[in-house]
Amino acid sequence: MRRLRLLALLPLLAALGGCKFEVLAPTGDIAAQQRDLLVVSVLLMLIIIIPVMALTAFFAWKYRQANTEARYEPEWHHSTQLELVIWAAPLLIIICLGAMTWMGTHLLDPYRPLDRIGSRTVVAAEDKPLVVNVVALDWKWLFIYPEQGVATVNELAVPVDRPIHFQITSSTVMNAFYVPTLAGMIYAMPAMKTQLHAVANQRVESRGFSANYSGAGFSKMFFAFRAMSDSEFDSWVREAKGSTEALTRQAYLELEKPSEAVPATFFNEVDPTLFDAILNLCVEPGKMCMKDMMAIDAKGGAGLESATASLLPLLHDKHARRGTVIGGAPSYVVGICTPEELATALTLSAADTPAAASRRADSAPVSGAGLPIPGFSPALLPAFTSPLLPTSEADIGPRRPSNS
Amino acid sequence: MTESPIVVPNFFFGRFNLEAIPYHEPILVMTFIGVAIGGAAVLGALTYFRLWGYLWREWFTSVDHKKIGIMYMVLGLIMFLRGFADAIMMRLQQALAFGGSEGYLPAHHYDQVFSAHGVIMIFFAAMPFVTGLMNYVVPLQIGARDVSFPFLNNFSFWMTVSGAALVMTSLFVGEFAQTGWLAYPPLSGIAYSPYVGVDYYIWALQIAGVGTTLSGINLICTIVKMRAPGMDMMKMPVFTWTSLCTNVLIVASFPILTATLALLTADRYIGTNFFTNDLGGNPMMYVNLIWIWGHPEVYILILPAFGIFSEVTSTFSGKKLFGYTSMVYATVVITILSYLVWLHHFFTMGSGASVNSFFGITTMIISIPTGAKMFNWLFTMYRGRIRFELPMMYTVAFMLIFVIGGMTGVMLAVPPADFVLHNSLFLIAHFHNVIIGGVVFGVFAGIAFWWPKAFGFKLDPFWGKMSFWFWVVGFFFAFMPLYVLGLMGVTRRLRVFDDPSLHIWFIIAAFGAVLIACGIGSFIIQIAVSILRRDKLRDTTGDPWNARTLEWATSSPPPDYNFAFTPVVHDADAWWDMKQRGYVRPLSGFKPIHMPKNSGTGPILAGISFVLGFALIWYIWWLAAVSFVALLAVAIHHTFNYNRDFDIPAEDVVRTEEERTRLLAAQVNA
Repeated sequence: MRRLRLLALLPLLAALGGCKFEVLAPTGDIAAQQRDLLVVSVLLMLIIIIPVMALTAFFAWKYRQANTEARYEPEWHHSTQLELVIWAAPLLIIICLGAMTWMGTHLLDPYRPLDRIGSRTVVAAEDKPLVVNVVALDWKWLFIYPEQGVATVNELAVPVDRPIHFQITSSTVMNAFYVPTLAGMIYAMPAMKTQLHAVANQRVESRGFSANYSGAGFSKMFFAFRAMSDSEFDSWVREAKGSTEALTRQAYLELEKPSEAVPATFFNEVDPTLFDAILNLCVEPGKMCMKDMMAIDAKGGAGLESATASLLPLLHDKHARRGTVIGGAPSYVVGICTPEELATALTLSAADTPAAASRRADSAPVSGAGLPIPGFSPALLPAFTSPLLPTSEADIGPRRPSNS
Repeated sequence: MTESPIVVPNFFFGRFNLEAIPYHEPILVMTFIGVAIGGAAVLGALTYFRLWGYLWREWFTSVDHKKIGIMYMVLGLIMFLRGFADAIMMRLQQALAFGGSEGYLPAHHYDQVFSAHGVIMIFFAAMPFVTGLMNYVVPLQIGARDVSFPFLNNFSFWMTVSGAALVMTSLFVGEFAQTGWLAYPPLSGIAYSPYVGVDYYIWALQIAGVGTTLSGINLICTIVKMRAPGMDMMKMPVFTWTSLCTNVLIVASFPILTATLALLTADRYIGTNFFTNDLGGNPMMYVNLIWIWGHPEVYILILPAFGIFSEVTSTFSGKKLFGYTSMVYATVVITILSYLVWLHHFFTMGSGASVNSFFGITTMIISIPTGAKMFNWLFTMYRGRIRFELPMMYTVAFMLIFVIGGMTGVMLAVPPADFVLHNSLFLIAHFHNVIIGGVVFGVFAGIAFWWPKAFGFKLDPFWGKMSFWFWVVGFFFAFMPLYVLGLMGVTRRLRVFDDPSLHIWFIIAAFGAVLIACGIGSFIIQIAVSILRRDKLRDTTGDPWNARTLEWATSSPPPDYNFAFTPVVHDADAWWDMKQRGYVRPLSGFKPIHMPKNSGTGPILAGISFVLGFALIWYIWWLAAVSFVALLAVAIHHTFNYNRDFDIPAEDVVRTEEERTRLLAAQVNA
């Protein structure tokens, strides 16, 4: 049994030479520390795993039925000393491993700003990390460099030895941002920002990808990762600046539509509010930003005013076939009150502060992908007039494409 | 059909139309033709040999825990074959899709295949196998005549079948989910998965979940209330202990799955926003909830396997189990700890370092009782006389393979290490390592061990060993490359690759899958050969392995009533103890035995549930309403059935027992 098991491993060992073990031989300091933890934990566990495997094989062989020489004690089933050892030995290993885990997890917390960029180099206090905003789109990656004012799709370039602060979100579904040679992965989730601090220590051409299945185009959702010297990075930024396209909100809405295997693209200019808007799901005109909604909720909700607002600004899922299955068209309760009260409320809210009025964003046309355009204004309540049951594909908007 | 069509529901057929039949997919059409021909042959044979009545009376409506156990095993095997077909399709796709090739599966099909593989293997192969073994063995081990609620047992089984049937239907009518086996929103929400795939997933699991939960309650009651006199908790066989813990886990965790899926259903069907991006919903809640069920689920599968290995090791080493008490405590500790580790499935979701380390360390702590168990088996072998029959071979293979899986599991439990290995093929290799090395080998060991009890003859050893070696070697070929690929940073669920240096590993893995296919083939041949040679393999003693627990005290197969007289227990190895003390089988004084009566309500309710599920999936509301009312009506009608029990007359008991006396005497004389 054991012999065969080893045989099974042989071809693997022989082939190991020609592989790129990015996880075991990374070029970034964070990934290297993660690798070290991995290796140390394996070594710690081998202290107990190897004896167990050896004993299993040895006992199985020694106490086989054919070996009548071996001692046979059918009633022997308890030994307090042995019991102590078999509980204590794993316990000791786990205590060591647990301590390592506690420290390692805190030191390598992806949210923690770096205090070193290599085993011997600490980060100087005045060194500001390079901020990169990462957006997982269907099925490509958008990188926004606020400091440089450029953006790219499917190409991530960073200067060597400068701490990088990734702020990560997603436009539709869950993904995971992962550059194996740089640092561990972290999920990218819509309406949420995750963070990752990392540093590249060598010039390298590698790749990153989504490590969490996100739909039909997932297999081709990877990007080039390029760590380069400062001067190379500067010229890379100049190259991006030389692009003719600018990443406006309108351009983003076009970009976020599902597509696969998108070649690297540069944008010479980025709307500075764009990432915040993506994060808060309010790039589309007329959508309420999540942070505003949360601010309203934190104050106890909008009360009567919410009765007068349409829910359309709060619908953020894209490319959807709207509508509940039973009714077809979504219709919402506009107000639980008498018509007179409703009329009063409408008048009040119409005469509300400018801030509140802009929050409702009723005046702007809603042009979400997948949404018919309902003409609505405070005067024309959408809920009772629902024109919405989609009847043709054109009304429904694009579906997720498939490459088949 | 290469992608999900968008259909406006109509009244009579809901979303169903001819587009839903995947007749433009050659693979599915061929499969359908194969299934149709095979199915027609089976149905024709059943009709020709006039077996329908027999099957209905003796099996489908049976409330006998032994027959239900066997039916669970048959269901598990059928679904295991389906799940394996999915596996080999994936291996083939990944071995082909290199160098610009798209392989042979488009995304829409491939994504269904890997989702279905996970769902089927966990819910409809592993769960029925484990439940089937528990159903068959536990009442016998505790000296009971049936489970606490025999009708409920039959109903639970058929609900599981109903869920499995829905999954199988999705192959030929519509599509299955393209979301992965846990269907994370927002991808599984109506906005991104608008067609029927996720609905098949939801309703199949909900219907089967009813069965699983009820069977959990049933077995807990059985173990707690129906043990033979003298069998206190610390004299229960270890398999019964692990079954008890497993069923506690089932009852405590499956309602969470039910609730989570119900919330997802509400999001998909009535426009709520628990997990959507709209209106401030939050998919992270789903991920937490599903894993609060999902982690105990893996212990639901592995604990009974641990129990099987305990019984097997002690029997084939001819020795009392080493450290019974610590084995029991280890099981209980694992049961409790399995609720404190769920977050280790998503360290990468951005929890703080303290939260992550807490869950990482609790996960590692589980390896302490598991390690203790490993040592207990080891010292059971120590100073034993080990007979290397098939179950023992699987046990030794398990011990060697499972420790590797345990080690890689602890690696994944270190959060910073998990950041580089999460969702990679390393993770896939890890859980196949523990599930194949643990659960699958455990089930095979259990089948080989208890088969003679269930059918009165042993399994053919030659084909069993063939199957064993194919499985063990195939496992290493199929999954060691995935460990390697994981360390190269390759993610799970990828359909195409462009890095040629990875290719060789996928080819090795595909070769391993072929070896495993040979292992499965040998297993089926083993069963066929054993049935053909059953007279040669016959065991008339009822105790072919010189075993230790009560199930071996009765005949093989056991009579309907299991034990003519309820045994009295003095030791954890009750039957061994009886044998040592010169137990003499009582030959007179038999009394009529009170038994539950068969009932057709279980299969009928499950059939209606299938229709209800189908109607809900396809938005055929009138049919859903009708079948829901029918479901209630049949259930209520059943409560008025007072004709539920009967007595096996004393003469029948005498006849059965005399037959056994004759067989045993013939054994001694021969």
